[in-house]
Amino acid sequence: MNKLELAYFGACSLIALVGAIVTVGAKNPIRGAMGLLSTIIGIAGLYLMLAAEFLAAIQLLVYAGAVVILFLFVIMLLGPSAQSKRDARGAVARYVGAAAMLFSGVGGMALVMRTQSPAPTALPAAPPQFGTIESIGHELFSTALVPFELSGALLLVAVVGAVAVARGKQVDPTLLPAADAKKPSASPSPTARAAGQTKEARS
Amino acid sequence: MTVPLEYFVIVAAVLFMTGAVGFLIRRNLLVLLMSIELMLNAVNLTLVAFNRQHPGDHTGQIFTFFIIAIAAAEAAVGLAIVLAFFRLRSTVRSDDADLLRN
Repeated sequence: MNKLELAYFGACSLIALVGAIVTVGAKNPIRGAMGLLSTIIGIAGLYLMLAAEFLAAIQLLVYAGAVVILFLFVIMLLGPSAQSKRDARGAVARYVGAAAMLFSGVGGMALVMRTQSPAPTALPAAPPQFGTIESIGHELFSTALVPFELSGALLLVAVVGAVAVARGKQVDPTLLPAADAKKPSASPSPTARAAGQTKEARS
Repeated sequence: MTVPLEYFVIVAAVLFMTGAVGFLIRRNLLVLLMSIELMLNAVNLTLVAFNRQHPGDHTGQIFTFFIIAIAAAEAAVGLAIVLAFFRLRSTVRSDDADLLRN
């Protein structure tokens, strides 16, 4: 086995696994986001090793550049209250987690052992065009064209939905329908109360 | 390429386990979302590794591309829900999300 490739593989997987453990174990969510970033970078390195150059670039751009930054924005928006006091669950959940870890680990090992090849075999050589932007793009725009366009629609819907959910109840009170303004709610927000008052004053 | 496929699968399995355990034992909603991202990344690594074993077509890599797109959408919507929940309850503990109880 080539020592250099094995060393690169070990370094990337070590970065990814340590990042995953930091993500799960860190008390401070910002530290957890940094662990997630480390995992993503390690996995991008593994993608490069697997001749998936386009996916490595996408991983760094989308995950490290967009998703982790979004997490950091939300963590900083929530402030210190994002760090809840008692964060880990009780003993039962921890035992269930440990059992799940053990079970999936042993199951995965057993599955790997049951494969046809008795000893780990080296992967076949990849064709020169394998995993490049050109070949992936060719496949994306020929065989997977419909899902590709649909993923664009999915992202648009997700963005609109995220804005609609996160904007909250800060609506112009004059635009509220009459039924909403009259309906008594358990804990009316200041804007809803103001809307009710204006409605009463008008009627 | 001398590192065998099994090594990649084992790394992905350990990553998935870590994400699943984090999802089970943590209470912070943000950490739960990050654990989901860990599990999605583990699955992506498996898909790319198996695609590398059959270099005839790019099916696994195309799947990974779509999973990354879906994960980005999921993170956006999930974080928006966390923000809305925080406005309602001033907390991000998943135990306090009991609006649909009784």
